[in-house]
Amino acid sequence: MADAPQEIEALIDMMARLPGLGPRSARRAVLHLIARRGQLLAPLAQAMQAVAETARECLNCGNIATADICPICASEARANGELCVVEDVADLWAMERAGVFRGRYHVLGGTLSALDSIGPEELRIPRLLDRIEAENITEVILALNATVDGQTTAHYIADALEGRVRVSSLAQGVPVGGELDYLDDGTITAALRARKTL
Amino acid sequence: MSRLFLKALSLSHFRSHRATRLALDHRPVAIFGANGAGKTNILEAISLLSPGRGLRRAAAGEMARRPEEVGWKVTAALDSLGQHHEIETWAEPGQARQLRIDGKTAPQAELGRIARILWLTPAMDRLWTEGAEGRRRFLDRIALSLFPEHGDIALRYERAMRERNRLLRDGVRDGRWYEALEAQMASAGAALLAGRRAAIARLAAVQPRAEGPFPAATLSLETPEGEALPDSERALAAAIARSRPRDMAAGRSLIGPHRQDLVAVYAAKAVPARDCSTGEQKALLISLILANARAIAEDFGAPPILLLDEVAAHLDAQRRAALFAEILALGAQAWMTGTGEELFDELGEKAQRLEVREAQGQSLVEMRD
Repeated sequence: MADAPQEIEALIDMMARLPGLGPRSARRAVLHLIARRGQLLAPLAQAMQAVAETARECLNCGNIATADICPICASEARANGELCVVEDVADLWAMERAGVFRGRYHVLGGTLSALDSIGPEELRIPRLLDRIEAENITEVILALNATVDGQTTAHYIADALEGRVRVSSLAQGVPVGGELDYLDDGTITAALRARKTL
Repeated sequence: MSRLFLKALSLSHFRSHRATRLALDHRPVAIFGANGAGKTNILEAISLLSPGRGLRRAAAGEMARRPEEVGWKVTAALDSLGQHHEIETWAEPGQARQLRIDGKTAPQAELGRIARILWLTPAMDRLWTEGAEGRRRFLDRIALSLFPEHGDIALRYERAMRERNRLLRDGVRDGRWYEALEAQMASAGAALLAGRRAAIARLAAVQPRAEGPFPAATLSLETPEGEALPDSERALAAAIARSRPRDMAAGRSLIGPHRQDLVAVYAAKAVPARDCSTGEQKALLISLILANARAIAEDFGAPPILLLDEVAAHLDAQRRAALFAEILALGAQAWMTGTGEELFDELGEKAQRLEVREAQGQSLVEMRD
């Protein structure tokens, strides 16, 4: 038997489907929202409504935007010839938080995976190839995960772009502020291979 | 002397054991009792303290005690090169196996850093006569015991190959996609081949030359085509790429380390292991396990924990005495099972004894002095 009225149970049910929330935490969150109906629940409902109506994928890069073209693709200041390829929007946001990359992005929406039936067509790779000429790209930076699927995708894209543009990838190795003692063998091997002269 | 041994072991709702608790020292452990009493289950529990699915290759759910099926847990206190470690591994019903080392959640590969465990089971008696897959796995476990990174490399290779096999089966013709996967296969594959070769070389270096109770085996790698696989990543990628039309027709990858076979030859007689007598085949296996243990003792700093299931029963008195002498010389905590206590008489005070009985549907273990 449900503890709360049907509408509230339905809300708890929806909340419990969100990543990081389970049935108990969803229940707590909903009680919290109801207790602060004016300050939290109503503004949240409005914000969600607004996002539901406007949120969409940028037609150019796959970033999440509220218009057909996202602010990064729309900004002329970001057209410096560099294009950073990431797996998903969370990776793009991580790069943006660092605030050092001044070029544009291309969000693949995943990695090549034959076992999951995800091929180049599903990944906006054709669109990526079109953008090279259209936006006068001089360097493509591959910021993909160091997994088998991530590296297969990186290899695929590098091959497709060969001779057309400079292709680079993020370095792998010791994290900033990291201690060697705590690193796994794979990271140490990668760091040693990518060592540089001082 | 640096040692690696279990100081304590507890099995909770694990197969036939409801609550078994053992306090141990570094000496070998002789386990005796009737068939079906639950001796091998103890060895299986210990085998879970090394990366992988243990000596029966069972899924986590299969190891739960029936009929309760409340999940199971194995806890061990390990002395590894003078350092104390607490290892806990368990599975809740319907869930994957979990692992904690010294109170912290850890990936299985981490076990390879603190413990080395080797095993020999009666099922391996058919190793030389059955399919190549078992021999590849045997060699890869040897390599993993010597080079802990070998496990990750094998997983990377497997993943890339499964992806490529899927493309082949689906009839995908995107050459670039194949190339990208073949690059991954070649990168992991070359490392996998190097690991296997290094493992064979390492064993060859520590095998006794003289004819003894456990004869030396000459190991080599073979491919079904008879043509050796190229060493370098680049050449391996090219070989896999060349095989693409054939692979497409077959619907799977026909070239690569996953097709290699381990060949053993009884060195003194120059007879392939598969043509040796059953007794000789067993002696060859023991010889390889002992060589592996010697290599680990040199490289890791302490001999591995050995799990030798029903090993005493298949050996004549002379070979049994020789095996015990080898184990004692190594200083390994070897866990050996057998139906009768008398099989371990020669070990005398030099071994700990456990008697396992089955009563009212559960295994009862008693320490005997």
